[in-house]
Amino acid sequence: MKRISPRGRAAAVVGVVSAAAFVLAACGGGSTSGDSSSAPAESSASSESSEAAPAESTEAAETCAELTPASLQLQWFVQAQFAGYYAAKDLGFYEEQCLDVTILEGGVDIVPQTVLAQGGSDFAISWVPKALSSREQGAGIVDVAQVFQRSGTLQVAWADSGISTPADFKGKKIGNWGFGNEYEIFAALAKEGLDPAKDVELVQQQFDMLALLNREIDAAEAMTYNEYAQLLEAVNPDTGELYKPEDFTVINYTEYGVGMLQDAIWASQERLADAAYQDLTQRFVTASLQGWIYCRDNAQECADIVTANGSQLGASHQLWMMNEINKLIWPSPNGVGVMDPAAWAQTVAISLNTPNLEGVTVITAEPSADAYTNQFAEAANAELSAMGLNTTGDGFTPIEVTLNEGGN
Amino acid sequence: MSSIATDDRPRRSSGLGRRLRNGGISLLWALAGIGIAVLMWELAKWLGTIMSMPFNTSDMTMPHVWTMIAAMGEPEVRGSDTTVLEAVISATLRSLLLAGGGFIIGAGVGLLLAVIMQRFLFMERGLLPFVIASQTVPLIALAPLIVGIGNRITIGPIEWNTTYSVMFIAAYLAFFPVSVGALRGLHAPTATALELMRSYAATPGQTLRKLRFPSSVPYLVPALKVSAAAAVVGTVVAEISTGVRGGIGRLLIEYARQITSQPAKVYVAVFGALAMGLIVAALVAALDVYLTRHLPKENSA
Repeated sequence: MKRISPRGRAAAVVGVVSAAAFVLAACGGGSTSGDSSSAPAESSASSESSEAAPAESTEAAETCAELTPASLQLQWFVQAQFAGYYAAKDLGFYEEQCLDVTILEGGVDIVPQTVLAQGGSDFAISWVPKALSSREQGAGIVDVAQVFQRSGTLQVAWADSGISTPADFKGKKIGNWGFGNEYEIFAALAKEGLDPAKDVELVQQQFDMLALLNREIDAAEAMTYNEYAQLLEAVNPDTGELYKPEDFTVINYTEYGVGMLQDAIWASQERLADAAYQDLTQRFVTASLQGWIYCRDNAQECADIVTANGSQLGASHQLWMMNEINKLIWPSPNGVGVMDPAAWAQTVAISLNTPNLEGVTVITAEPSADAYTNQFAEAANAELSAMGLNTTGDGFTPIEVTLNEGGN
Repeated sequence: MSSIATDDRPRRSSGLGRRLRNGGISLLWALAGIGIAVLMWELAKWLGTIMSMPFNTSDMTMPHVWTMIAAMGEPEVRGSDTTVLEAVISATLRSLLLAGGGFIIGAGVGLLLAVIMQRFLFMERGLLPFVIASQTVPLIALAPLIVGIGNRITIGPIEWNTTYSVMFIAAYLAFFPVSVGALRGLHAPTATALELMRSYAATPGQTLRKLRFPSSVPYLVPALKVSAAAAVVGTVVAEISTGVRGGIGRLLIEYARQITSQPAKVYVAVFGALAMGLIVAALVAALDVYLTRHLPKENSA
């Protein structure tokens, strides 16, 4: 015991704590420089569009007195699903509207409409049914631009499984994602008069396609722009080549008539009473939709912009996603971002009338009429048309994308 | 790494040669352990080809070990200069930095709480239930909340960002073992020792420095080990749950999405997370060696 030097040890304990200051300082410095890596790359395209802009778009003046900060919460990491917003940021469309937009990426547990309702962001991207559900639970949010006009959800089965319509689900193992992503399946089952509890075996599916490829399930839920592409990027061990579209049958829930509206821009209902926020919303919606129009006509460039913003997806997967997203937006017969009342009605009807296995419906009462507004999207369409842009995308033809192994 | 983690703490009697020999032996054991794990993996895969196994052993679910090693050298995305291994290493280092920051903040806060609770009995009675309750809140419920609140915080010139939120979550998990362990340690001196201090007319501060801190070390060190592990777990979970860019948690998710076409890639990221845990364990073991260098061996944990 004589050798113990209390002073020395106490000093060591204190030393650990004081080391905190240095590490903290180091971390702080690192993170700030890391975040600035997403700084927009100046592109020649911004000058093109400002040339096209006629003189009456006074707001898009060359010089803004100051840029208004605004933030957008996404549902997931940066990927072509959000290309329009990244394009609007990097090509200066937001800046032309005197906006300094911060795009907040999502994560596994990030619920964009909740972030918005809690004031964590100025705008959020969310699927309509999920947002309606949050809305019913008290989130004061409004759909200010219905960007995606149709659902991108598929059910993919092996071609040799004998499944070609939802009626064939009977007696099969049907994968679904749960967490509110499953209602189109239940609507399809209901339409075929199948009892989800007895007639099919519903299996909770991971967010990858392994279960289908390993034939653990007969049909898997997939998004046109992501999981379906993952299938076509995987190597078929029997042939040594990539799987082909003819290896699978695809049920498209939109074509089947049970599609539910997906990505829309949501804003805070409470703050919309404020004229400044209304103005902010208008400018944000206009510039965002301009970004989506740009991505319709420049799919490859937008895919590159998304990759430059840090997406880990391979080049062909990114372009595939961009192209599929374009198909979900275009054509927009009523104008880009303008709600299609029939699609809204269908989404609400399914949300209201289709219980899942637990007997829960998405919402229990019809959403109030102010759940969405076309005010901002229509004004944006007018402004963008005046700039000489095609805002409906009539005559839109998707490009052909060849997927490579691993999406590279 | 493993040579530090074993029990050969430097003592004045132990010669350098003996320590090196001990270190070498434990390194061999560690390598043998890795070898056995690899063999078991491949054996399970091979058995899967001749009989039905209770789990899927296809190349897509369980890629060969050599496929994983090959995946390390592949470019992260086609045409990029960084290989998967480089990406994983840089992500691991970044997460390590966050975990380290969270650990140090957490340990500091934990120690401070312990001192306060030891000094004032009413604080111990009032605070301890909250300290314990704080750990029963599920992390996945907490993480989005902290990020959501964090998005709105600006402290002077510092704009709060999700990086700080991750560090906060790591610290939140890390402070608990330290505060409980240190509190126990601060209470550890015997009544005789305390009476001796009193007979010297020592102030509470002096008693704390000269008696309570030194005698808390054997309790503190294991607490720091648990706390460091908690900080690592907290960092990875927070990164996964909030999607913060740059760390190993985000990389795990990104690679997991590519599992149908590059199943080996996600395992490389798993190795990164594993390495992170080992590095932190080694660092704490080194700290242990330093803090307990004067203690008789049987006293150290």
